Amino acid sequence: MISAAAVTLSEGGCHLGSGCGFPAPDAGIFQFDPYASFTLFGITFDITKSSLLVILGAALIVVFFLVAFARPRLVPRPVQNVGEMGYLFIRDQIARDVIGKEGDKFVPFLGSLFFFVWIMNIFGIIPLAQFPPMSRFAFPVTLAVMVWVLYMYLGLKHQGPVKFFTNMMFPPGIPKPIYVILAPIELISNILVRPFTLAVRLFANMFAGHLLLTVFTVGAWYLLSPSLIGALGSATSFLVTVILTGFEMLIQALQAFIFTLLTAVYISGSLHAEH
Amino acid sequence: MINLLAAISGSIGSIGYGLAAIGPGIGIGIIFGQGVQAIARQPEAYGVIRQNMLLGFALAEALALIGFVVPFVYGT
Repeated sequence: MISAAAVTLSEGGCHLGSGCGFPAPDAGIFQFDPYASFTLFGITFDITKSSLLVILGAALIVVFFLVAFARPRLVPRPVQNVGEMGYLFIRDQIARDVIGKEGDKFVPFLGSLFFFVWIMNIFGIIPLAQFPPMSRFAFPVTLAVMVWVLYMYLGLKHQGPVKFFTNMMFPPGIPKPIYVILAPIELISNILVRPFTLAVRLFANMFAGHLLLTVFTVGAWYLLSPSLIGALGSATSFLVTVILTGFEMLIQALQAFIFTLLTAVYISGSLHAEH
Repeated sequence: MINLLAAISGSIGSIGYGLAAIGPGIGIGIIFGQGVQAIARQPEAYGVIRQNMLLGFALAEALALIGFVVPFVYGT
């Protein structure tokens, strides 16, 4: 489904002064007609623009790292150089800084997570794609569930099934009566709120960013009309779109980094109890 | 029965988002302000400070983002 706003806009001259109101973009701009659908085990799968972009992004990352590290050389070629820079960034800035000595084991997971999220976000400003798949809630939720399963498993394995929860609920160094309030809060916060905010943070950032860019792009098109206000407004709106695109690039990298950083923090918390 | 003196109509979700942004706005300001101050006092600890700064920023920001998303979920 294409939103009503987009239809009014594309069906010829909806400009300032032509008698049609501002076609404000709504949540409908995040929904697409499926290109194809197939049924598997009674469930219908639709291949839409967002799922196509996810597949494309995953394939791009696999191909890039295969090319970079298929035949590693002591004196790296340019592609290997870039790949190593990415790997070292994850290892030194995130894995070793947050998790510590055991962090090296998790670099492959954290690295895949970072580059996957990053390229998904970058699709938001690449011409023709121009849609961040992470603004569909299902994708960040899937990633958050993966992270949740991982840190719960690690916690149960490294701290034991009882110790894990008692360490979580009773952080040391706090007056005894406070635990009555603190223990349930800590339990809910660690088990439910963490994955929820992890998913919502990524989703909402991409959702807001895409909506913001769309509002100003549509605004530039709508205000384009032979009048002083129209010309000025359109030019300003277009300029803001360009500036916001630059801002979005920053947000996209930052959100990928934060997602990975928080994953590392949760893993680290599961490996060692707080003390 | 309640007699309303004033009622608001229109985009109530936007007002909700504005309210939800106050707290995180103050929080993020404090986090980055203190972070910059810490870096200025101890530039060699830049890596650790930046990392913790971003961590605090991410946790504070989540509240504002939930405020942004909820009007879409419960929108009319």
